[in-house]
Amino acid sequence: MTTRSRGEEGLADDHWTSFRRGLRLGVPFGMVGFLLSLSFSVLAKQAGFSTAQAIVTAAIMFAGSAQFAMLSVVSAGGGIPAALIAAGLMHSRFLAMGVALAPSLPGGALKRAAQAQASVDTSWALASRGDGTFDRWLMYGTTLPQYVTWTTGAVAGAVFGDALGDTHGLGLDAIYPVFFLSLLIAELRDPALRPVAAAGGLLALALVPITPPGVPILAASAVALVGLVRRNP
Amino acid sequence: MTLSYAEVWLLIGGAAVVTVLIKACGPVLVGGRVLPPWFDRVVLLLAPSLLCALVVTSTFAGGRSLSVGAHTVGVAVAAVLLWRRHSLVLCVAVAVAITAGLRAL
Repeated sequence: MTTRSRGEEGLADDHWTSFRRGLRLGVPFGMVGFLLSLSFSVLAKQAGFSTAQAIVTAAIMFAGSAQFAMLSVVSAGGGIPAALIAAGLMHSRFLAMGVALAPSLPGGALKRAAQAQASVDTSWALASRGDGTFDRWLMYGTTLPQYVTWTTGAVAGAVFGDALGDTHGLGLDAIYPVFFLSLLIAELRDPALRPVAAAGGLLALALVPITPPGVPILAASAVALVGLVRRNP
Repeated sequence: MTLSYAEVWLLIGGAAVVTVLIKACGPVLVGGRVLPPWFDRVVLLLAPSLLCALVVTSTFAGGRSLSVGAHTVGVAVAAVLLWRRHSLVLCVAVAVAITAGLRAL
């Protein structure tokens, strides 16, 4: 009995250590996320969203690229179905990411589905242990500060955004690539992963002119299937 | 935008449902079973291919066309700084400053 409770305590300690490590990793991404979410709110208000609508979008979607994809459709005069399809396609990479994450999540189907909601690009990539499994507590920790700043950034943009004026001139569109680049460069430090990164990038670039936004990214995930045949990725 | 106030709320609700369902798909369909050894190798390769696709599309794609401009220069400089292990916040600040600076010229 004592052995078991000590074992459980040890496990709880591990979870807490992972969670706190995740929190620390998530803070810089959270700071950048604040600016991204702020710029989304400003663009949403310019498109005709109310202050509350801009904030609620960020708070309940919490999906940067899907939010921007949806907004670009309605800003250009598109309807609800087209905007939902754009958001879904941009978000479709989470189909592949969810499959990868699935074995690392405990519990029944509903519980696993609920836990997967706490995955975002950064926390998913950072929680990967490098052996095909994911540290879910590190993932929760990395996501939390980003959710807080994503929501507060949306509030700041929706309330004070008018004072910013022309966002294009501010260069805020350079934030998104750098955000993803920091995660990519961490992967590229392992030379064995460079060919698959290059192949994914080239495939995506080739598909940009011929498929809707988001599809090139999902298609790039198919490159990972070379892991089926190669012994040492 | 041609949507009414109520339609925007409908869009927001619909988009939230879509994103939640997409994130739920993998864990609901695949979880709770033992997966073959090749699964781990595929997962390991997924991050670099997905992340590189995200970087190139967010840098070079404007809708369905390819676009190069001030932001490309800002991102390229940030890439060098990131490779030299400078902090993300600094790199983002430099990329934004260069992009804004070039556009102000």
